[in-house]
Amino acid sequence: MSSDVTNTDVETLDTVNTGEPTFSEKFWKVFRGHPGALAGLIGITIFVLLAIFAPLIAPQDPYDQAQLDILDGLLPPGSTLWDGTPSLLGTDALGRDILSAVLYGLRISLFVALVAVIVGSAIGVFMGLLAAMKGGWVETAIMRAVDLKMSFPGILLALMVLAVFGSGIDKVIIALIIGAWASEARLVRAVALSELKKEYIDAARLAGLSDWRIMGRFLFPNSISPVLVVLPMSISGAIGAEATLSFLGVGVPITEPSLGLLIANGNDYILSGKWWISLFPGLVLVAMVLCINMVADRLRDHANPYLRGKD
Amino acid sequence: MLSFVGKRLGQSAILILIMSALVFFGMYVISDPVAVLAGEDFTEEDRLALAAELGVDRPLIAQYITFLGNVIRGDFGISFVYNRPVLDLILERLPATLEVAFFAMFIGLVVGIPLGVYSGLNQKARSTKTISFTTTVGYSIPNFWQGVLLILLFSVWFKVLPASGRGDTVDIFGVGWSLFSLDGLSHLILPALNLAIYTICLQARLARSGTQEVMYQDYMTFARAKGISRNRIVRRHLVRNILIPIVTITGLQLGGLIAFATVTETVFSWPGIGKLLLDSIHSSDRPVVVAYLILITLMFVTINFIVDVLYALLDPRIRYT
Repeated sequence: MSSDVTNTDVETLDTVNTGEPTFSEKFWKVFRGHPGALAGLIGITIFVLLAIFAPLIAPQDPYDQAQLDILDGLLPPGSTLWDGTPSLLGTDALGRDILSAVLYGLRISLFVALVAVIVGSAIGVFMGLLAAMKGGWVETAIMRAVDLKMSFPGILLALMVLAVFGSGIDKVIIALIIGAWASEARLVRAVALSELKKEYIDAARLAGLSDWRIMGRFLFPNSISPVLVVLPMSISGAIGAEATLSFLGVGVPITEPSLGLLIANGNDYILSGKWWISLFPGLVLVAMVLCINMVADRLRDHANPYLRGKD
Repeated sequence: MLSFVGKRLGQSAILILIMSALVFFGMYVISDPVAVLAGEDFTEEDRLALAAELGVDRPLIAQYITFLGNVIRGDFGISFVYNRPVLDLILERLPATLEVAFFAMFIGLVVGIPLGVYSGLNQKARSTKTISFTTTVGYSIPNFWQGVLLILLFSVWFKVLPASGRGDTVDIFGVGWSLFSLDGLSHLILPALNLAIYTICLQARLARSGTQEVMYQDYMTFARAKGISRNRIVRRHLVRNILIPIVTITGLQLGGLIAFATVTETVFSWPGIGKLLLDSIHSSDRPVVVAYLILITLMFVTINFIVDVLYALLDPRIRYT
């Protein structure tokens, strides 16, 4: 570094105590008096735990062909499998236990959505900061790309990407990332532009810090909160989008079925009255998205200055 | 105003060029058409001959310009699967998609706006809380699973409505419409309802927040002070003022409905362009996929353009920014 600012100077610059409330204080401020949002949060925790511990909880490994028996096919909920395992939610045509398939499907759905939203948001945040910081043609190019992306419905862009690249978990993640970054970039740029006018940025500039350092050290932590607020909404959106793509048969492969693909498999049997194959994965999907949306709604209302104090 | 329209028209043209280039290079370059079409026993010479016949031995830019020229003349090539001109295939199925999309939009507006206005006016009522919770749930249900549920409910358990196809159609101006025959209408209800539920929720939310904003404006207080009846205030002063954002969103949403019809058409085997797209993706019928993507881009750009111009007409401030 050419300037004479040392690391410790920077350290003291950004660790000034602002007397902010602690995490648990903030937490209760958001959720107290909102049983719906709190229930949503508890629901999310349960779903995440179920997904993580699926191999321990599931009565059967749905990927292990050796454990499947075609004689167990299409059993209604509450039956007992040939080997004596109880099948609470019934089985599909291959003799796969629906409960086990749903638990494993939950893992895949959550994994795909989380990876896509985290990577997509990171790209979006970076693009937004870059646009605000650099201005000029960089900003124009980035914001034009955002406009381009925003003028199409997400489902259509995802279908375009998958039509070009083919299907598979990695391709679905790419398609969702392409769908996720733009709104975050727009949001972060707007916040960063107003942050850039503040005095601490001038101070950092006068201290001789490079653009990149200001961006990473100061602009980023101060522009990130609106993205954190919309993050749950992005995740539930991505879960729904992945399920839709997999249902349409252009998403995850048949060997690693997500909730959407399980519903699609069950759809073939629905007209013959075998309702449980697609009903249960769907219920789990909706319950999870609903839980996330309830938390997301609360976070958004809390962050909205017009509504703050009214509730 | 004229310069605004000109500028937006220029932007639209650039957008179409970029998207067509992305689709072209994506579809024709990433996967090699010669490899797809060539038989097992093709020699190197046969391959070169096929490449020359398809025109893929020329530089990419030259190929792209030829492609654009053909597109402008409405020539999207021949479908691999149906062995017919792609444009004919798409135009044949477009009415089915438009029918279900417009019908869904109609249901969405007719049900959604009154619900929203009602819950905006009666914020404390129990029925409002129910409406608000229902719209949150309606938002959270993935469209395709909602379709599966509708089939399960109305076709499998109650056996009142058919689950797939278009039913009888009545020809008007040489195009078949399901709307005008009883059998066709019964086939139309479920897919249209499936598309409409999201629209109902969206319009209800929009109308509700619009109502809450307009309700406390001075002109509303003034109208009440003049002693105008509640019904007349709602009709003349409230609804008219919340319509501007609703018109904009409705325009944009129409495009969204046509895109989302892809999902509904697949669930209900409705023979529209969305189902054609998915069938073509599955059977690698590339000319159809390319044509669909180009045409849908064109449609979106046109809708966005019209909405922008309408908006500028309604709100003069937009023109100068």
